[in-house]
Amino acid sequence: MSRLSAADVAVGTELPEQITRVTRADLVRYAGASGDLNVIHWNERVAREVGLPGVIAHGMLTAGIAVRAVTAWAGDPGAVVDYHVRFSRPVVVPDDDAGAEVTVRGRVAAVLDGDQVRVDLTVTSGGEKVLSLARAVVALA
Amino acid sequence: MALDARLVGRSYPPSAVYEVGREKIAEFATALGDPDPAYRDPAAARALGHPDVIAPPTFPIVLSLGAGHVVIEDPDVGIDYSRVVHGEQRFTHHRPVRAGDRLVATATIDAVKTVAGNDMLTTRVDLTTEDGEPVCTTRSMLVARGAA
Repeated sequence: MSRLSAADVAVGTELPEQITRVTRADLVRYAGASGDLNVIHWNERVAREVGLPGVIAHGMLTAGIAVRAVTAWAGDPGAVVDYHVRFSRPVVVPDDDAGAEVTVRGRVAAVLDGDQVRVDLTVTSGGEKVLSLARAVVALA
Repeated sequence: MALDARLVGRSYPPSAVYEVGREKIAEFATALGDPDPAYRDPAAARALGHPDVIAPPTFPIVLSLGAGHVVIEDPDVGIDYSRVVHGEQRFTHHRPVRAGDRLVATATIDAVKTVAGNDMLTTRVDLTTEDGEPVCTTRSMLVARGAA
């Protein structure tokens, strides 16, 4: 792999669509890896008690999955110099083998100084936007 | 309870040193379902110009979560953690986090506001090497939902 060149990118360039399944097992794995042990990400009873429809994915798991679309496209994960997300709706993860589907689409929204571009992501689950803002600034070769 | 505007700018003592290990980076990447070799194979990372395997862009949350707890637990902040949701998150990378880094996290309250009874607290965490080289700045906005 090598880093994508600024010459190959323009405003409107679209990133390949990325579809990821998130199951309860993925939530447990992310809880362990991140250290975020908040019970609403693994305990249905507590999630419902605090008014959620069920167990929800960690916002940072959704955000981490979403930025994979950018790092894979850029060819070098170190190319992402800024990443900003705003959480608007939880990803509810049912207690079954299929889990929830997270779809990520992205396009180059702006070309910045210094061979950098801003990529705006659209991140949905079940047809609804789960991040109201998801932007990455990528430094290109 | 509305957050006191005088909290803005309050800084907390730096964390203990966190040593970033190759295995922890690989574990985190696996938890994101990300097979990128730059997270696992030092040779692949070096081919991209990095001295060792690098960490995914959201990896610093591992450190900023811990550093942010210092703020939540500050009695002057007085936020009820059971009512907290994550509103917003930003990572500004001065360079990629990489295996072997010995990082120190310093938390500062960047902004507080109260909107419609909900307290919004923005905490900045500056991650530097123990020698003071800036590595990443994270900003986390937490929303404490007002009691119904």
